[in-house]
Amino acid sequence: MNIEYLGLKSISGSLVVLDAIEDATFSEMVQIKTESGDVRDGKIIQLAKNYTVVQVFEGTQGLSKTNTSTRLLGRPMELGVSKEMLGRVFDGVGRPIDGLGRVFAEEYLDVNGKPMNPVSREYPRDYIQTGISSIDGLTTLIRGQKLPIFSGNGLPHNELAMQIAQQAKIKDADGGNFAIVFCAMGVPNDVASYFRRGFEESGVLERVVMFLNLANDPVGERIITPRCALTAAEYLAFRHDMHVLVILTDMTSYAEALREISSSQNEIPSRKGYPGYLYSDLASIYERAGMLKSAKGSVTQIPILTMPNDDITHPIPDLTGYITEGQIVLERSLYQTGIYPPVSILPSLSRLMKDGIGEGYTRDDHPDTANQLFASYSRVQEVRSLASVIGEDELSDTDKCYLEFGSAFEKEFISQGREENRDIEKTLNLGWEILKILPRKELSRIDTKILAKYYPVGSEG
Amino acid sequence: MQAVGKIRSINGPVIHVEDCRDFKMHDQVFAGELRLIGEVIGIEDDTAIVQVYEDTLGMKVGEEVVSAQRPMSVLLAPGIIGGIFDGIERPLKVIENQSGSFIDRGLQVDLLDKSKKWSVQILAKKGDSVSPGAIIAQTPETPGVMHKIMIPPGVFGTISEIAQSGDYTIDEVIAKVETEKGIVDIKLAQQWPIRIPRPHRGRVNVKRPLITGQRVIDTFFPLAKGGTAAIPGGFGTGKTMTQHQLAKWSDADIIVYIGCGERGNEMTQVLEEFTSLVDPKSGNSLMDRTVLIANTSNMPVAAREASIYTGITLAEYYRDMGYHVAMMADSTSRWAEALREISGRLEEMPAEEGFPAYLPSSLSAFYERAGYVKNNNETEGSITIIGAVSPQGGDFSEPVTQNTKRFVRAFFALDRQLAYRRHYPAINWLTSYSEYVGELSLWYEENIDERFMEYRARLLALLQEEAKLNEIVKLIGSDVLPDDQKLVLDIARVVRTGFLQQNAYHQTDTYVPLKKQFLMMDVIIYLYEKAKTVVAKNIPISQIAKTGIYEDVIAIKYNIDNDSIDKIEEYKQKIDNVLNEILASNEVVMR
Ligand SMILES: Nc1ncnc2c1ncn2[C@@H]1O[C@H](COP(=O)(O)OP(=O)(O)OP(=O)(O)O)[C@@H](O)[C@H]1O
Ligand SMILES: [Mg+2]
Repeated sequence: MNIEYLGLKSISGSLVVLDAIEDATFSEMVQIKTESGDVRDGKIIQLAKNYTVVQVFEGTQGLSKTNTSTRLLGRPMELGVSKEMLGRVFDGVGRPIDGLGRVFAEEYLDVNGKPMNPVSREYPRDYIQTGISSIDGLTTLIRGQKLPIFSGNGLPHNELAMQIAQQAKIKDADGGNFAIVFCAMGVPNDVASYFRRGFEESGVLERVVMFLNLANDPVGERIITPRCALTAAEYLAFRHDMHVLVILTDMTSYAEALREISSSQNEIPSRKGYPGYLYSDLASIYERAGMLKSAKGSVTQIPILTMPNDDITHPIPDLTGYITEGQIVLERSLYQTGIYPPVSILPSLSRLMKDGIGEGYTRDDHPDTANQLFASYSRVQEVRSLASVIGEDELSDTDKCYLEFGSAFEKEFISQGREENRDIEKTLNLGWEILKILPRKELSRIDTKILAKYYPVGSEG
Repeated sequence: MQAVGKIRSINGPVIHVEDCRDFKMHDQVFAGELRLIGEVIGIEDDTAIVQVYEDTLGMKVGEEVVSAQRPMSVLLAPGIIGGIFDGIERPLKVIENQSGSFIDRGLQVDLLDKSKKWSVQILAKKGDSVSPGAIIAQTPETPGVMHKIMIPPGVFGTISEIAQSGDYTIDEVIAKVETEKGIVDIKLAQQWPIRIPRPHRGRVNVKRPLITGQRVIDTFFPLAKGGTAAIPGGFGTGKTMTQHQLAKWSDADIIVYIGCGERGNEMTQVLEEFTSLVDPKSGNSLMDRTVLIANTSNMPVAAREASIYTGITLAEYYRDMGYHVAMMADSTSRWAEALREISGRLEEMPAEEGFPAYLPSSLSAFYERAGYVKNNNETEGSITIIGAVSPQGGDFSEPVTQNTKRFVRAFFALDRQLAYRRHYPAINWLTSYSEYVGELSLWYEENIDERFMEYRARLLALLQEEAKLNEIVKLIGSDVLPDDQKLVLDIARVVRTGFLQQNAYHQTDTYVPLKKQFLMMDVIIYLYEKAKTVVAKNIPISQIAKTGIYEDVIAIKYNIDNDSIDKIEEYKQKIDNVLNEILASNEVVMR
């Protein structure tokens, strides 16, 4: 297919319209050569008898109606994959940018992937120890889960993601067979190099594949970047039995890119100008996490997003929460009081943890302990607001215990060092130490047998 | 004659087809070289608009589109129950056999197994005059479901030939009916268009509850067999958990569970869990009465739109056999969004938030397919629809929640604050309602206890009073309240934690029989009355709390097994002992 089609009918935003092209197929890739000779990638997004609409990933800047030529590539957007990708750095559409030359592809895969058949999925059950108490104890990460971090500008989501990547440990012999796929969308260069340095320092760089679409890279490519990253992840997980942790940051920039393209296509917006298909589009990314019965590996996703205005009801966190299997929410006010990681426990949730914790997985008391910590900490909030009205002195003795419990919980349990790696034993024991600040009868969510084992009568603190 | 057209344009899942004068509205078509399944959703001049149920990637202008010359339909025959299908009834297990762990496009699969032989017992005989719905044979589809072979709608006549009882595939003719229009072959299988409700003789008033074993529903906001309910709630508030609980424990004969634009893992979980869970009533696997429709969020959006209709048509088919069917749709919002997406591609004029103007009528037409009916074969059957709603931003004023509210009669409002506090199920008792209370009161009074509805009303009133008092407490603390009001707060806490909160993961608490629900209310009210006598004597209310009696009553749900519920009565004795002791010791002090 080497025919070149000369000229464009019209140009608007990131779209160009051409005359009808014989043999063009829906969603296929095209190459556009500009007047000055540089080559851009695009994709056919509408086909009709008398015109063809192409979205140009690198943007339409400098394109002219007359001196532009277009060539069909006869295939959808593909990524050449191989195990050699480990340790390499690519741009947002999968071209190597680390100066180490091209990767010899074992096969070429459509970056859009295909939906996993629900009957072929293996329900995720094995937990990943992150060494972070608030996560391991209360929002346990499970292999094959998609668990996003809801953050805000200026909060330490990158540090947290880095710490998770460095400390993540899976329990069995598969430990050695892990990989990290790092996908940057619209993030500043220094964030990308922060991660790169972090991987380097912890000596895992040769197990990391990086896809970088930085803040000054084309918006059109940003839509492709997570798809390339997930194609690589699926390949490593399901062809090479690796346990792959995918870090996607920043999903907010991704969604904004989608909005920009949608509005340039004059589509009818739904909330806040985002396209009506934002949910389906995000799902086509997040649903690529999981495990299969037919393969040993797994794809675990930690998408990071910055909530515009710290607003959890904004369409981006909202639609994300509707798709992912829980969320870890960071809170500004906790961070301002010096707590790292500033995980806001009450709105945080891991939906898959129930099947991956407890006896045989973590420890027998884990479900009850977690439940009790949630319940007691939510009581703390009530007591605090009461105290702000009537004064601490007027509180009942039990309520005073709750205040003490609350601050110990935040300062000792949630808060930990940026390099502190607590194992699950330690996290759960710490939970008990703090629970013992409360009178025994307040621990109503804990099974009597468990209570007797970990908090014998007479050992009240 | 074949109706064939040519693709004129392609825009995502929507294609325009020209030169196709013989295409009819809602006809099923096969589009392009891959013969992707689609449906005609509009006709303008000689152009048909087709929505394609698979990804149109790689399609070309000019490719052929062939009409199946019949409306988009489902195949109805034994083999449905226990299965898992995509939005247009293609069996996902067969798809897996053909394309592996990821779903390919353009697969040609049989909707139901055509080679399996069913052991059919013939019930009718030659010469019988039959009309639609008449049951002429039956076959055990699963250990729990007897599949009735019915004369399809529109067929009136006399049986001119009928087979012997024996083993038949779904495509074999088991009877011939002589009608005015000629001989009609009757097979185990029939077809029905998904967008047209299957006929019945007429609606019957709802009169029986759908018993779910979930206290907040059964006791406070009961659902009727043949009724409609919505479960709206922000993400993570418990819509799916509630739907799963209802699918597991409700006393319907058949469950149709539609995962409409939701997570793949959730369908995997249902499949695994239901296969291993045993239905306490029948002793069979729960999967033996369940059919799953899975069109997850990453599967094609047009098929998501169709999945709701596929599901409800299957439900109607089993209703026609005289069964009580409960159908869960998780989530109807994703279906509405699919409508919006297709509508946007058609450049229709949007109404609120980009949704098409026909959103309300589509919603009402869907919920209208629920009901308790008299079937054409004189049996009674019902379809209960429970739809999850996922409002954007958790804001119930958005169009899907608001329009759904107009057409359902029970509303289980999930509350993010309750979920944050891990109060599950997070159904808000102040904003939820059920309009079935009136119609069902008699049933509860006759079958459970004549005081049931009275107790329900008292507990609800108590919770309302608590809400009012809490407004005061927020401002000035609870210390200043008089003791009788403090008692309201204490007892309300017992109701909330001991009765409303129900742990789906707890072996005993996950399902609670109605009788136990009543006895639990009975004890709580007993405790309240008895505690009032203590307060009346001006004894400080804190003395009651110190005894731990509240915690004892709260723990009834865990400590009393569902098969030893008569032990609950002993709690009254315990309450007497504890509170009498307080009364006695205070008398000593006073003297
Ligand atoms: N009755 C219950 N008992 C125990 N836990 C519950 C209950 N209901 C909800 N939960 C908890 O809440 C979590 C979220 O529930 P669920 O997945 O049903 O939310 P959802 O409303 O369907 O969310 P989404 O809209 O994102 O699908 C569950 O994983 C579980 O941890
Ligand atoms: Mg859900």
